[in-house]
Amino acid sequence: MKRPLIFSLALTLLASAVLAQDEIKIGEFASLTGGSASFGQSSHKGTQLAFDEINAAGGVLGKKLKLITEDDQSQAGQPATIVRKLIAQDKVVAVLGEVASSRSLEAAPICQQSKIPMISPASTNQKVTEIGDYIFRVCFIDPFQGSVMAKFAQSKGWKKVAVLTDVKSDYSIGLAQAFKEALLKGGGTVVKESSYSTGDKDFKAQLTSIKAAKPEAIFLPGYYGEVSLIGKQARLLGIKVPLLGGDGWVGDSLLKVAGNSLDGSFFSCHFSADDKSEAVQGFVKKYKAKYNNETPDDMAALGYDSVMILAAAIKKAGTTESEKLRDAIAATKAHAGITGSITLDEKRNATKPAVILGIGGGGFQFVQTVAP
Amino acid sequence: MIERSKILLLSALLVCAGLSHVAGGISPYYFDILIGIGINIILAVSLNLVNGYTGQFSLGHAGFMAVGAYASSWLTLKYGSSIGSGTLSTTTVFVLALLGGGLGAALSGLLVGVPSLRLKGDYLAIVTLGFNEIIKGVIQNAEPLGAQRGLGGMELHTNFFWTFAFAAITIYVVLNLVGSTYGRGFLAVRDDEIAAEAMGINTTKYKVLAFVLAAFFAGIAGGLYAHFKQFIHPEGFNFLRSVDIVVMVILGGMGNTAGVVVAATLLTILPELLRKVAHYEWLPDWLQQVAENRMILYSLLLIILMLTRPQGLFGNFTGKRNQRLQ
Repeated sequence: MKRPLIFSLALTLLASAVLAQDEIKIGEFASLTGGSASFGQSSHKGTQLAFDEINAAGGVLGKKLKLITEDDQSQAGQPATIVRKLIAQDKVVAVLGEVASSRSLEAAPICQQSKIPMISPASTNQKVTEIGDYIFRVCFIDPFQGSVMAKFAQSKGWKKVAVLTDVKSDYSIGLAQAFKEALLKGGGTVVKESSYSTGDKDFKAQLTSIKAAKPEAIFLPGYYGEVSLIGKQARLLGIKVPLLGGDGWVGDSLLKVAGNSLDGSFFSCHFSADDKSEAVQGFVKKYKAKYNNETPDDMAALGYDSVMILAAAIKKAGTTESEKLRDAIAATKAHAGITGSITLDEKRNATKPAVILGIGGGGFQFVQTVAP
Repeated sequence: MIERSKILLLSALLVCAGLSHVAGGISPYYFDILIGIGINIILAVSLNLVNGYTGQFSLGHAGFMAVGAYASSWLTLKYGSSIGSGTLSTTTVFVLALLGGGLGAALSGLLVGVPSLRLKGDYLAIVTLGFNEIIKGVIQNAEPLGAQRGLGGMELHTNFFWTFAFAAITIYVVLNLVGSTYGRGFLAVRDDEIAAEAMGINTTKYKVLAFVLAAFFAGIAGGLYAHFKQFIHPEGFNFLRSVDIVVMVILGGMGNTAGVVVAATLLTILPELLRKVAHYEWLPDWLQQVAENRMILYSLLLIILMLTRPQGLFGNFTGKRNQRLQ
């Protein structure tokens, strides 16, 4: 009984060793557990879906793609170790990850030093791709969303806008700055600027002074936790103008806390499952079929896009050799992704459209796509 | 006795220097784990001086580590390029920055220790926990230190030699201190504070000294960490990191340096080992899925270890105490 077991073990080991040569290994580090697990899980599901699809269609360069995923537990200190493992032990040809900018910033120097291309699906902080020429991203960067919302306010005819910024968050400050610049350029005015800090619960003082300035809209580039409270308190104070924000608004608890007080507000985002375009609807259908009827969010769509861009680059380069692969990724132009047409600029950031969603009727509605 | 320990320390340093030449050749992943082991040994052995030998309960070791990490990074970033580019001068800057980080951490240890070490047990734990959060909060708001973004751009200076040299020095200092006549005061404070005080031992002084020394070495460990990962973020020095170190001390056996060294090594390797198991393709699917949730397995192993060896892997502190009571 014992011998066949050992024999079959040896066989499978041998088989996997032989098979390994027909595989292209790609590493992924994601926050599958811990504080930002919901983001990590989503992007991983999108990534996995893309791998399945590519392999079902015969793989790339006649080889199957193999995804090696490691969990970084949402902990600082882990990404460096994991990326070293992926590169040195698993010998991956490229690395995918992460959602959080701080963890991408930790992994990026190692990928750069080892000359292994890294594509981040959703790290929006500018510094990430500044690490070096092997680091890419498929999402837009923080300032872009600010200018998108300024353009949107203009198109709606809102010229007098108040800005309420979270001073503890780089993200919020970056968005606010870009918004103000674009608004002034378009002939609008900022009638009042106020600030709060992450974790604040009472915003009535700031909102009262904003109300006195009589804005036509309020730009609120924060995260969903504070935004939901601000929305509620604004309506209590009788502020009826629409609130505008960025992708930080996306969160399960936004509408649970805010109720219907955010109705009539708008925010920019990477992707909407309500988008009627064929590409998006096809993706939503595949995703639902694989994952128990779950609706994909923007992290899933970005994870999917990052794989597709990488696979297209491998195909174009005709090799997985690091330098040629890097050049092929950098040359990505008008890639038809789920989150829009993606072009990588000379700073390795994605130039792509944003989606604007409106809030109403207890959910998010797709409003329009804004080109860069 | 002291002579022998000095010879041991010297030979340990020589071995480190010798191994350092070989260590560069191994896989970067194993090297990462190896350096992690060294840093965790420094952290755990130094915390053992407070939690194990002196019997105080500190939950803020990661806070001191953060002070050391940020202080030394700030020093190398500011002065690293201005002194010169030779290997000798960069190494000098690095070691000076490490010591600077250690001193900074020791100073903050003194600041926290003097007022709070009048407290005992749970209360001290809460104060040190609070200190950890304060340090994190200060860094998160300090723009020159990268605030919420994290601080990067440090050069890779940490190598095998410096990491394990400092680990050896930490072990040497702690063992010799506790073994010396003067150091018996630590054990006296742990065993019975009132009796110690009645015997004329300045208990507060001993507690503060243990605290400051432990903070110093935690600061060194922080500096080594920062110049290895080359990117530090306030969240990397949170409460959970402190708990990690406390777990190493408890698992190794409070007040047993050898045990703590073994525990620090084991607890650094174990999560990575489980990571490897999760990828064995010849394992059945369900077993792979269990291994994928490796942190559950890791916690389970900790619980089993604590149930079977409550005194720690090597610890006999409680055993001794029971014997004495009998």
